[in-house]
Amino acid sequence: MRTSLLFVLSLLLSACSGIAPRGSGDLGVVIERADGSVKIVDSSQRAVLARVTGLGDLSHASVVFSRDQRYAFVFGRDGGLSKVDLLEQKLVQRVQQAGNSIGGAISQDGSLIVAQNYEPGGIKAFRTDTLEQVADVPAEYGNDGKRSKVVGLADLPGNRFAYALFDAGEIRITDLSDPSRPKTQRWAAGKQPYDALVTPDGRYFIAGLFGEDGLAMLDTWQPELGVKKVLSGYGRGQEPLPVFKMPHLRGWAQAGGRLYLPAIGRHEVLVVDMQTWQEVGRIAVRSQPVFVMARPDGREIWVNFAFPDNSHVQVIDTLTQRITDTLQPGKTVLHMEFTPRGEQVWLSVRDDNRVVVYDTATRRPLQQIEALSPSGIFFTARAARIGF
Amino acid sequence: MNVHRAGRPIIVVCAAGLALLFVGLAHAGDDVSPARQRELVHLVRQDCGACHGLTLQGGLGAPLTAVALRDKPADGLAATILHGRPGTAMPPFKSMLDEAEAQWIAAQLLKGFPREN
Ligand code: HEC
Repeated sequence: MRTSLLFVLSLLLSACSGIAPRGSGDLGVVIERADGSVKIVDSSQRAVLARVTGLGDLSHASVVFSRDQRYAFVFGRDGGLSKVDLLEQKLVQRVQQAGNSIGGAISQDGSLIVAQNYEPGGIKAFRTDTLEQVADVPAEYGNDGKRSKVVGLADLPGNRFAYALFDAGEIRITDLSDPSRPKTQRWAAGKQPYDALVTPDGRYFIAGLFGEDGLAMLDTWQPELGVKKVLSGYGRGQEPLPVFKMPHLRGWAQAGGRLYLPAIGRHEVLVVDMQTWQEVGRIAVRSQPVFVMARPDGREIWVNFAFPDNSHVQVIDTLTQRITDTLQPGKTVLHMEFTPRGEQVWLSVRDDNRVVVYDTATRRPLQQIEALSPSGIFFTARAARIGF
Repeated sequence: MNVHRAGRPIIVVCAAGLALLFVGLAHAGDDVSPARQRELVHLVRQDCGACHGLTLQGGLGAPLTAVALRDKPADGLAATILHGRPGTAMPPFKSMLDEAEAQWIAAQLLKGFPREN
């Protein structure tokens, strides 16, 4: 008995001694969308540390991090929710929480992971530590129990979550401060909200509308004022161009009191003044913008594009509102992620099966990292940001 | 007598059906080279997959599995692919695909779309 205990103890000790203590603030994950795997990467070394497999269908995967930045929660298209330990480099838990899912968020206090689902339409909350389900809030609308696809989920202060309903044309806020008694408020938002963002202070929740020219904005500090339409009629009545991929709004670009947003059906980035909520500019870009992201210092905005013209990235100077660079990182650039202070940006180049790391000052590639059909790239610094 | 009278229209219908089938087959295979077929498989899995899911089980767009499309005619699907569905998020692909390619994709969707290798 005692010898076997000692044996187990010594095994444990030798196992543990294999892992040198290290922080996780410079770690991240790269989604390999076709293979259901993620690569754990280190942005200081610009290297791959490990590959974790068995995460299901990751064709539209997104990731949030625990507040200690040790665990990545990966939301798969197939409704799988996987918890990956970045330090032990392994999958620690996986639940099948829906039939078709689009992403998720983490609560302000870090205790809840919330998934946003297309099928069955709604949101569900899970304990961060055990992934035990603690709340299920269907996105029902109308009188016959129909459920809407949920998009644009964002955490708000007070363990509240804002999201939009694609089919119902609504914005909702669900308060999960007591998960056993979710409280939901709802507002009409406009036709077919396709994604949304919350500003970095957690105040303004803004949904992009596919079915009309404009965006729906809710001031969550004064929700009694209701939803306001901003940038109404930005298409100026012109027939929209076909949209082969929906823009993404999370990963917002706020810089110098302005918000930079992808137009839909137009090859433009729209610039909005956040005091007046009026359009103060629009910047013609190569194609339909997908991600419009500010470098963390706000000095420049990087933009990638929708299929079929998706092999370029453009850089906008926020002082002059001009395009200063057009880069060609490779075939099909799906996503980009800045290091926390913005000296590097990592770009996933799907059809070249690699991630390219650029120096944002010189705009030159620093490194190429192999990855199978890479899509999202997520660094742990997101753990400390509202809306990520 | 009655049997004979009923027989003729059936033959006509069958002949028309066969002719349509041949037209369909020609559309579904001959005009699309194997190299282009590989490109189309990549396009559908990856870029239609942005809305319909990599496994085509659906996303913002409807599921495109053989089961989901079971009762839908190929021509209608091909028309949706080429011209989109106004008022919905389904965009027209006519700037990138021709009629034969859309027919080929529709035929493959109905059979269960091939995987990429
Ligand atoms: C930007 C998103 C988007 C993209 C990209 C997209 N689709 Fe769709 N598709 C949709 C939506 C949304 C619908 C459902 C339309 C409706 O409500 O009637 C749809 C419907 C369809 C249908 C009709 C299904 C049915 O049950 O009748 C077919 C077929 C189809 N898409 C094929 C394709 C193919 C093939 C591609 C790529 C060449 C593609 N789609 C790319 C969004 C998209």
